[in-house]
Amino acid sequence: MQLEELKNKLQQEVSKAEFPREHAIDVLYALQNHYGYLCDEAMADASWILGMTLLELEELATFYDFLYRRPVGRHILHVCDGVVCWMYHQYSLLDHLCRKLGVGPGQTTEDGLFTVLPAGCVGNCHQAPAMLVNGRFYGGLTPEKIDTILDDLRVSHEELAVCR
Amino acid sequence: MNAPFSPILLRNRRPDGPVPFDEYRANGGYEALLATVGKRDPGEVQAMVLEANLRGRGGAGFPAGRKWQSVPKGHKGPKFVLPNTDEMEPGSFKDRILVGADPHMVIEGVLLCAYAVGAEHGIFFVRPSYEMDAELMERELEIARSAGFLGRNILGSGFDFDMVVHRSAGRYICGEASAQINAISGLRPNPRKGGPRMAVSGLWGRPTVVNNVETLACLPGIVQNGPQWFKNLARTPTGSGSKLYSVCGPVARPECYELPMGTPLREILFEHAGGMLPGRTFKACLPGGASTSFLPARHLDVPMDFDALKAIGQRLGTGCIIVFDEETCLVGATLNMIDFFARESCGWCTPCREGLPFIRNILYQIESGQGREEHIGMLRQMGHHMRHAYCALAPGAAAPLLGLLDFFEDEVREHIRHRSCPFGAVAPTPRGKPCAPGPVTFGPTPCREGLSCRI
Repeated sequence: MQLEELKNKLQQEVSKAEFPREHAIDVLYALQNHYGYLCDEAMADASWILGMTLLELEELATFYDFLYRRPVGRHILHVCDGVVCWMYHQYSLLDHLCRKLGVGPGQTTEDGLFTVLPAGCVGNCHQAPAMLVNGRFYGGLTPEKIDTILDDLRVSHEELAVCR
Repeated sequence: MNAPFSPILLRNRRPDGPVPFDEYRANGGYEALLATVGKRDPGEVQAMVLEANLRGRGGAGFPAGRKWQSVPKGHKGPKFVLPNTDEMEPGSFKDRILVGADPHMVIEGVLLCAYAVGAEHGIFFVRPSYEMDAELMERELEIARSAGFLGRNILGSGFDFDMVVHRSAGRYICGEASAQINAISGLRPNPRKGGPRMAVSGLWGRPTVVNNVETLACLPGIVQNGPQWFKNLARTPTGSGSKLYSVCGPVARPECYELPMGTPLREILFEHAGGMLPGRTFKACLPGGASTSFLPARHLDVPMDFDALKAIGQRLGTGCIIVFDEETCLVGATLNMIDFFARESCGWCTPCREGLPFIRNILYQIESGQGREEHIGMLRQMGHHMRHAYCALAPGAAAPLLGLLDFFEDEVREHIRHRSCPFGAVAPTPRGKPCAPGPVTFGPTPCREGLSCRI
């Protein structure tokens, strides 16, 4: 969908709502999906659509785990660092992931393919250690499984399961 | 020997996905709603829930019926029900299992709650990690709507209620009821305090009931079978109903189990969860998620219900049990959890914003062999200060710390005495980078790099 078309569609939905602010996260998700992240243009568009100030939107865009105010890669890896995954030697997995991709936590690979984000509990503790790849659960991870997942992602064009 | 227990909330659970609407109906689903809307007085439903002694399964354990009684009866304008699915506490995954197993039991529970308090709107608040639940609920809500169970004039009774799915962008604090209301309102989700209660003035200033989805899913059973039936499900005299206990850590079968409220911890861990993994020995557990205290082995026979745990100075919390074995460093584990809570603090009030990173830094010093004897007293003092925070996040965060000091002080001392972690490794902070070492002083924390990982 073209940007103007998207903005008008979102604006129409918001204007029909009894409480437009209730759509703040949905609008930010939609614009993030369009721009790839919440760049300044996306924030300005959100402000126009929602009638909220840039400051109010900044408070949201910088607060949440799944809103990205800086550029991210095509595949987003939310690696669980909750205490259960920690017990299953999650750090060695995070280290493995970071070493393999040549990035630190919170960074994106040079080719723009992967962003590694440490995450609070992802709700998959009975299959620890776990991570979300583009919003999908992967549990019982080992360095070998991670290698396979990364290899598959390099050739896939999987859409984000969240932030749509 | 206790009689075998048949699950109530997970009775329709199956390995290949959620139970569909038709099957739920065929198994007696929505019969409680059919027997209620337009046939019972809302006050009668409230009285049943009160008599059943249904206590909130989200952590606080507040009686659901009493919460509902605070909702003003003659209020003009809409009221809201928020089925809370925003579980993000380490060790907790029971709500995801429940919603994924039987979405219509949750929907029917929400409808019964809405009828009892006279609410017109429901908002199913879902965290982004549970996107598949959001999609599932949207699909199943539409099916329920088509069948006449949602919308205007439900089942010809004159009762109007509809529900939408609200996607969160993911923060632990959104599970706190007043923060969730701010989140839905498009505000930064700081908790609210003071002023009228949410049951009187919540979302958009209207009466609002926030209940955990497990609590709400108990309602069809209570309404259909009566309060006494619900009370009789429990294994303890003051407990009531069944409970979802999720178990994780080094046990043979980490899973979510539905058992009678008050089932002894030992039975949950060593019978249902299959005991410890081969070669591992039980050391401690957190009985109700990361915001409860460590429970040592001598308490293994405690019944897992609100009052029995309170009697030994503990909390049931969410009933999500995290097990630790003898090989696990509890200082490292506490450091991990404090780091989680410090990162997830909304930063609104000083004890939480400044206190948790301060505690984290002391724990890191102890874990990395730089601990001093006086650190133990400082940790205890800071842990107790957390109760002065604005909401329950900080006192919850202090619970494992205080448990560590109460039951495993020797392990902390061993770190200090040997100037290293006795478990052979320095647990890194979750950011993969140690906090700045150095003397601990009261004042602004030197360690804030955790925040930079939110981009």
